[in-house]
Amino acid sequence: MALRAREAAAPQDLGGVLIVDDEFSMRDSLVHWFEKDGYRTGSAQDGREALRRLEEEPWDAVLLDIKMPGMDGLELQRRIREVDPELPIIMITAFASVDSAVQALKEGAFDYVTKPVDPDQLSRVVRLAVERHRLRQENSQLRRKVDQLSTPTTIIGASGTMSKVLELVKSVAETDATVLIRGESGTGKELIAQTIHANSRRRYFPIVPVNCGAVPESLLESELFGHERGAFTGAQYRRKGKLEMADGGTLFLDEVGTIGPAMQVNLLRVLETKEFARLGGTKPVRVDFRVICATNQDLEQQVKDGTFREDLYFRLNVVAISLPPLRERREDIPPLAHHLLGKYAQEMNRPFTGFEPAAMDLLVRHDWPGNVRELANAVERALVVGRAPTVRVEDLPVRLKEMHDSPVGDSLADVEQAQIRLILERTGGNVTRAAEVLQIDRVTLYNKIKKYNLRP
Amino acid sequence: MAGIDIVPMYFNDRDEMLRRLGSSLEREFRTMVRYRNPWFDPELSFDSSRGQYRASHILKALLNDPHEELAERILGVAGVDLFTPVLTYVFGEAQLGGRAAVVSSHRLRNEVYGLPANETLLFERLRKEAVHELGHTYGLLHCPSPRCVMRASSYAEEIELKEERFCEGCRSIVTAGGVAPARR
Repeated sequence: MALRAREAAAPQDLGGVLIVDDEFSMRDSLVHWFEKDGYRTGSAQDGREALRRLEEEPWDAVLLDIKMPGMDGLELQRRIREVDPELPIIMITAFASVDSAVQALKEGAFDYVTKPVDPDQLSRVVRLAVERHRLRQENSQLRRKVDQLSTPTTIIGASGTMSKVLELVKSVAETDATVLIRGESGTGKELIAQTIHANSRRRYFPIVPVNCGAVPESLLESELFGHERGAFTGAQYRRKGKLEMADGGTLFLDEVGTIGPAMQVNLLRVLETKEFARLGGTKPVRVDFRVICATNQDLEQQVKDGTFREDLYFRLNVVAISLPPLRERREDIPPLAHHLLGKYAQEMNRPFTGFEPAAMDLLVRHDWPGNVRELANAVERALVVGRAPTVRVEDLPVRLKEMHDSPVGDSLADVEQAQIRLILERTGGNVTRAAEVLQIDRVTLYNKIKKYNLRP
Repeated sequence: MAGIDIVPMYFNDRDEMLRRLGSSLEREFRTMVRYRNPWFDPELSFDSSRGQYRASHILKALLNDPHEELAERILGVAGVDLFTPVLTYVFGEAQLGGRAAVVSSHRLRNEVYGLPANETLLFERLRKEAVHELGHTYGLLHCPSPRCVMRASSYAEEIELKEERFCEGCRSIVTAGGVAPARR
């Protein structure tokens, strides 16, 4: 007979069924039965062999004879559940051992069948067990994927102030409290918001960011509340707003201090009632979201000035998290810089491994008015312009060096030497260009380079 | 030799139905059919505790064929109730990707379910199940296509939902000579 490989006609993978029975005829007939249904089948004659087969390959259901010499079905079920609590186990019993089957169900068995069993019942029970196992596996895979996607970039912070912030983030994440994150530009306010969301019970729903400062006041209302068709000129379709999109999840209002007075009233109402109507609509829409907002402005002063509503301020300022500027936690700069170096080196496929001590010293001494964002830009730039494997001083932005390249002494010679070095760096070592900038002739510059032992 | 040997067991007084079954299989498998009396005692497959005949024993006996010219496939056609140790009954049993199959007419009869006898219905059910079991000997598994003869049927009424033919996919495998059984 001409035989072809089964793979040629392999049907879809229906799953794997492991049959454990000490009686050969039982094992054999079950294997044949499930094989014809298209399952991957395997058999074991006792508990030890079953545990070995479970280690060897993945299964979607186990059919287990409750009465076996040595390790009986109940004991084996307990052992299997220790290794894989999700694996559905179907007990096969004789009429006489129904009590044991009930015990097995109490201990977590998926179901039991009494032999001899109706073919239809057997197929149905196994099909349900395999389906449930596969759905659970798929579910946990998807959850892992969501966790990976929703977990933001690592927060690096060994300093005392940052450790306190992270502790607060962790404890507030589990609650549903409104959080106000404060900090200078570039301190990582959005990252903290994402971390709170990723560690909250709302993590399987979206975090919807709204940059209130970037959206014109006239559009913010429609952006947040959405609109019905025909609500205004150009509203051709009904559109969901960010509040609806955040249903179940977190609404992140960035630059909340820029919201105008009219919008502040609307926002306050929604935060209190969790209900609103789309623009041009009357039907109330109920939403359930958590609010995290951020600002780099002095909200208290704005309240005093009357530009920010006091009631909204109190509504938002339930838990306040203040992010310290980078210059106040300089000990975090080396680990942060190394983390950023590793991240960008991988992203850009550049074989950088570290910083020259002088370059790191410069990074630590710099005040970083743009905070972590500025540091990240500096490291990214260094990886683009520099030569692997280490970042050198000359790879860092000129501005950084200018601010720290102060003359070593107060003498005229020290000042002259520092100025020549700076201009040579700026002109990329072009002596003619440097001489022009310094307004001296080229020969004089060469002499001074030689005198101060500078390398163009 | 090529062809299918049909071996009736406890299928007395139904010669006409057996001939029609043979012709039908000849058409479906495009091969010759030979009718042979059993060379073993089917009664040895009887299990007195269950009052049924063990399908796997009959398959084993069919394979122990003393004929000088073995047919490519061999089909036992039984008028008695068949079982496997774990199941209450089976309509048939076959070696997956092998040579032997057995089919029973017992539970295909309307009378078993308290309904009036219907010979036409019985023949339709029998030929579908015979093609189905022989399909397994070509390595075919149960087919998800609702009309394909390889669709699994647990109840007699379910057999009527499918046709007596293979779907296109299963047909192509039979035409190619079958698939090898998977290792386990």
